Amino acid sequence: MIEVGQISGSLRKRLIITLIGGGAVLAVLIYLIVRTYATQIAQQGQDSILGASVTSILDAANLRKGDIEIDFPYASFSMLKTASDDRIFYAIYQDDKFLSGYERLAKMNPKTGTGSTFGNTIFKGANVRLASASRTLVGEGLRTELSITVAQTRDSLNGTLNRIGQNVALFGAGFFLLVIILAFWATSAAIAPLARLTSSITRRGPHDLSPVISPVPREMAPLVFSLNKLMGRLDQSLTRSEDFIAEAAHRVRTPLATVRSYAEAMLQRVEKEENRRAMRSMIRAVDESSRAAGQLLDHAMITFRVDNLDRRTVNLSELVTDLVIRLTPIAEMRDVQIKLEAGEAIQVSADVILIQNAIRNLIDNALKYAPQESVVDIVIVANPRPEISIKDEGTGFPNEEMHILANRFERGSNSESITGSGLGLTIAQDVAEAHGGRLSLSNQVKGGACVTFSF
Amino acid sequence: MRYIFILIFSLFSPPVLGQGWEDQRLFSNGTSSQTLRILSNTDTRFFAPIIESFLATQPSLSIDYLVTGSADLYDIFRTSPAEFDVVISSAMDLQFKLANDGYALPLNDIVHPNWAQWRKSLFAFSTEPAAIVINRNAFKGILTPKSRQDLIEALRARPETFKDKIGTYDVRQSGLGYFFATQDARSSETYWRLTEVFGSLNARLYCCSGDMIDDLISGRIAVAYNVLGSYALGRTDAQSEIKVILPSNFPTTMMRSALVSRETRFPTAARAFIQHITDIQADGEKAAAFPLPPLDQTAKPLISLGPELMTYLDILKRRTFIQEWESAIIQ
Repeated sequence: MIEVGQISGSLRKRLIITLIGGGAVLAVLIYLIVRTYATQIAQQGQDSILGASVTSILDAANLRKGDIEIDFPYASFSMLKTASDDRIFYAIYQDDKFLSGYERLAKMNPKTGTGSTFGNTIFKGANVRLASASRTLVGEGLRTELSITVAQTRDSLNGTLNRIGQNVALFGAGFFLLVIILAFWATSAAIAPLARLTSSITRRGPHDLSPVISPVPREMAPLVFSLNKLMGRLDQSLTRSEDFIAEAAHRVRTPLATVRSYAEAMLQRVEKEENRRAMRSMIRAVDESSRAAGQLLDHAMITFRVDNLDRRTVNLSELVTDLVIRLTPIAEMRDVQIKLEAGEAIQVSADVILIQNAIRNLIDNALKYAPQESVVDIVIVANPRPEISIKDEGTGFPNEEMHILANRFERGSNSESITGSGLGLTIAQDVAEAHGGRLSLSNQVKGGACVTFSF
Repeated sequence: MRYIFILIFSLFSPPVLGQGWEDQRLFSNGTSSQTLRILSNTDTRFFAPIIESFLATQPSLSIDYLVTGSADLYDIFRTSPAEFDVVISSAMDLQFKLANDGYALPLNDIVHPNWAQWRKSLFAFSTEPAAIVINRNAFKGILTPKSRQDLIEALRARPETFKDKIGTYDVRQSGLGYFFATQDARSSETYWRLTEVFGSLNARLYCCSGDMIDDLISGRIAVAYNVLGSYALGRTDAQSEIKVILPSNFPTTMMRSALVSRETRFPTAARAFIQHITDIQADGEKAAAFPLPPLDQTAKPLISLGPELMTYLDILKRRTFIQEWESAIIQ
């Protein structure tokens, strides 16, 4: 009966995915940027020490009688000490002639006076960073170029980079986790007013069409505004039609009463059997119409009261006993006996007028359909929930129609000979539902209908 | 005169590159299947107890212990690294260069103090100072020198007594001698003054500390400079003739070190051997039962395992140093 309409995607999912996706991209970006930056800085650190080492060796060089002498300081190598015990290699060249160190170490060709040049290579199976620099020495009639390369393995650097990488990865992961938490939080915060609106509308009674007045965020205002307008129109048209029915019923009942009294008077005066029959049918038809009008009024009254339940504590047994006493004369007219089984006092919180109306309609129905010389059983139980069952010995409900009988103006196929408007069960059902209970119809095994009104 | 001595020594000392060793001993219990070849510059008597205690735990092994001088050891090992499993030497700089040049096998699971190892491939296991060893008779009636300065003064005061009576390493031949000399020279100018005094007294030059101590005991020389104190003290038979003096101002201290050849045939056994030495030597109590001095855990060494050890191995540096040294000692 309730249609949800087409569902396409989820706002919550879309929001969360967007936020988390954005967070993931940011985390990766942060990781890459910081790592690259850290690598540069760490590399600069190693380069500057390599450069200093090269410079200190170059500075110690001098020409003595045409021979190059390099009494480089102990610090040239000791400054290259690292926590990871990196290996070092070096080579000293004079005008491309190998002088000292490791001969096969790749020689870079640095330009004189431009400081050190740096590069990477593989030497003795290890990745090394190397720095080269050169210097021109001028002696007696001699001009020679001295170039020095110092290389160092990258273990310590890689260790540092790995540590930094790990820390940055951890940082990125933490950031991402935070984004996830924030995404969930932000999404539920954003969705919350929508959920609140939904639940406030869901919680409403079936006839509550008052406008939504609790504050909503600006983005939802147009929706709520439209909703309120729609409900206002609905409410107006509902009220109008209820009013119309009540008014119509009322207006019909008064002239009907007049018609009936005239018809009764006429019946006294008419002698011809044929005419008397016609008069009687007329009176019955008038009765039926008036009863229908009465029920329409009842229904309108119930529709109004259901929206504004006047709950009080009621003793159910007492209430039903009262009704039974009032209906006993009608039962006796039809030679039907009403048997009431009520235990001790059963207290319920209910609208007395509505309950009376509903139960009276149900007993009325039972009396109408009960054959002569039969018994209508009324049973009230307190557990597991307060329940009133009314059973007759009539023909029962037609099985295939049982589920629609409580609809408005719906009457059973076996009821043509019996006056009725088709509103009795509707009223009882509306009342039961307004009290949070239900009305159930069934047939007894031995025959006859059973209606149970439960709270 | 000096050259004659060198000639005599070179006649006596075996031709090492022809694989004639200063000493060679096979430790075996006869049932062994693997033979570890250990190349060392340490006298066999210092290592025999350690090797025996090791073999007691590893009955399936035997050890071929080969002794040669530190400089020769370096050359031999570089030429044929696959021939040897473990290399032990007191010349820290040469050992360091072997490790730096990739001849050593990294042993990642050896437990050893960080300052006493390099790249998990070179393990220092003893702390041994270079000492001035004197012949007690020669110094009778003279105040025993306590420092290099004292020694210079004592020698200068009696040049006639000490002429031809000084012994020190020939740094051109001995790797350890060169190492001690360069470290001395780095620490103080006193070294050069001392060397000049040695030169003026026509000092004898030795390739190895063993010979130097022999001559000292026999009285042929009165002072041996930069001898390993442990070697001198090891000669328990001669403690009444000689006296070991650790120079008070700055003792030059060396750490003996070991590495496993990258091309070893028995990495597991070699690793176990290194673990065995380091276990013993790093524990003062255990080391007391063995003749080698322990690794001194209390004071960090002045000369640490690091790339700076390669400074004086540079050809140009070495050439300059040797020139200076020769001009000081040969007069």
